[in-house]
Amino acid sequence: MIGRFFKRFYLVVIFIFLYVPIVALMILSFNNSKYMSQWDGFSLKWYEQLFSSSLIMSALWNTLIIAFLSALIATIIGTVACIGINNMKKVPRTIVMGMNNIPLMNADIVTGISLMLCFIAFGVSLGFGTILIAHITFNIPYVVLSVMPKMKQTEKSTYEAAVDLGATPVQAFFKVVFPDILPGILSGFLLSFTMSLDDFTITHFTKGAGINTLSTLIYSEVRKGVRPSLYALSTILFLAVLILLIIANLPKGKSKEKELIKER
Amino acid sequence: MGQLTAQLLGGTQMSNTPLIQLEGVSKSFDKTMVLDDLNLSIQENEFMTLLGPSGCGKTTTLRIIGGFEKPDTGKFFFDGRDITNLAPNKRPLNTVFQKYALFSHMNIAENIAFGLKIKGKSKAYINDKIKYALKLVNLDGFEKRSVASLSGGQQQRIAIARAIVNEPKVLLLDEPLGALDLKLRQDMQYELIRLKNELGITFIYVTHDQEEALTMSDTIVVMNQGYIQQMGTPEDIYNEPENAFVADFIGDSNIIDGTMIRDELVEILGVRFACVDTGFGQNRPVDVVIRPEDVELLPQGEGTMEGVVTHLIFKGVHYEMEVTAGGFEWLVHSTVCHPVGTKVSIHVDPFNIQIMKKPESEDEEAVGVNE
Repeated sequence: MIGRFFKRFYLVVIFIFLYVPIVALMILSFNNSKYMSQWDGFSLKWYEQLFSSSLIMSALWNTLIIAFLSALIATIIGTVACIGINNMKKVPRTIVMGMNNIPLMNADIVTGISLMLCFIAFGVSLGFGTILIAHITFNIPYVVLSVMPKMKQTEKSTYEAAVDLGATPVQAFFKVVFPDILPGILSGFLLSFTMSLDDFTITHFTKGAGINTLSTLIYSEVRKGVRPSLYALSTILFLAVLILLIIANLPKGKSKEKELIKER
Repeated sequence: MGQLTAQLLGGTQMSNTPLIQLEGVSKSFDKTMVLDDLNLSIQENEFMTLLGPSGCGKTTTLRIIGGFEKPDTGKFFFDGRDITNLAPNKRPLNTVFQKYALFSHMNIAENIAFGLKIKGKSKAYINDKIKYALKLVNLDGFEKRSVASLSGGQQQRIAIARAIVNEPKVLLLDEPLGALDLKLRQDMQYELIRLKNELGITFIYVTHDQEEALTMSDTIVVMNQGYIQQMGTPEDIYNEPENAFVADFIGDSNIIDGTMIRDELVEILGVRFACVDTGFGQNRPVDVVIRPEDVELLPQGEGTMEGVVTHLIFKGVHYEMEVTAGGFEWLVHSTVCHPVGTKVSIHVDPFNIQIMKKPESEDEEAVGVNE
């Protein structure tokens, strides 16, 4: 009895630690008062302020477009890389996969500073383009990591069967291999998108002056003092990610299973 | 090998050139020799089986024919044309893969239509072909089913249907029945023979299962370590194995060291047996092969060699027994039951004794030199 109680208690404590801060933030974003220590009644005024602030809206736009473009380009490069890696012999493949994993474990600050130095060394002026390049760079390994397992699961013989039936290698890839690895590609894209959305450190070092993403904007705003409109922004971001996660994890293939059961 | 080269030369000189001809094909992977100077010719409308243990090079041979591997040396002729470097999607042959390789995101009709759609055939033609192919493999009305809803045997039939709608001149089958259970495998063997006769095309079949090979083939090519050991009809291969490897691989055999005393007389385990082979010289060491069903067990004293039954297993059609005689464990198949401990006498008819020259070196053993 006591054991079971403690098991439950432990779980509840963990969830409290995880979610109480977020819930507090969400509640405060509807607080009429400017001060977080007092509740002055429900209000949407911080949301109004948020959407009327051109500074925040342009940062949001930058963030979304960089996240989308970097995820898209990284997904294409990463998937093509997977095709190559999959056809390598064992030793080179292990080496390349190892090299792919190192940037993942590298500290963001190291990646950020080295990218900045690199851009300066080659005379690239920092701005939107450099943020995009930096984000593509750190996203590619995530795409490779999520596409590679699907690629390995795909039987080599289905590709060969397609070629055997007259398809060119390119046709065979798009008609047969691509549908098989599509879930991996999609999860690689989503992962890249959220990593890019989330990134502060690398963006901070590669952005230059005059452009902000949400994370760098919030950082610079916080130094001046936190405005409740940022609570509103954080709440919207949290809910958006939550909805994305729910969609990504919706149970799939139910209909197929039913069909199977019916036939038996 | 000698016989094979002769056949090959004969084939090119005759007016009907073989449909498929491999000439001096070698292939190695990571410095391991898989095929060494392989010569093989296959006639039109033949059911040829490449038979051998895993790693003998049979699948590599099939993949070279299909175009999935390029030989290191040698040439591949199709209908007299050198297509060694032709891409697999341009070759007039289709493959049935070991693990079916069906496209799981397409339904059955889409799977079968795949090759025809790529070739840009009309919708009506494709639909006719799908119907025809499904009928041929006894799966009428399966058009809309998903791949996952089919059993292994049904998936295999679809894989065959998908290949044959393209009207290939040659169908390559890579151990297509390997994943099926015994009963289904036997049914599918009959199906394949029927299909072959209805379609009137060449089948090249790869298997490690000697029973499958014997049941279905017109010609069997026994392979080991990248070399052809023997090529011939199932009867030839079974009754007249050219070396100990073939004898051992095709069915059960008693392979015993012997000495050829003179023509038509061989000494095994210290006892002399009459045989029908000649030309091995006098007092030469040889391998003697006797099939278990050719060993007759007679009452004590009536045969050539005395022994005792040491093991007995009921196999359904026959009893499998082990008889210790002359210090050798003879494998015997008989419909007559002799309980363990029975004293028996072994008799073998002269024409059931198969004499083979002993290979002098390991290399020679692999090549399987006949004469």
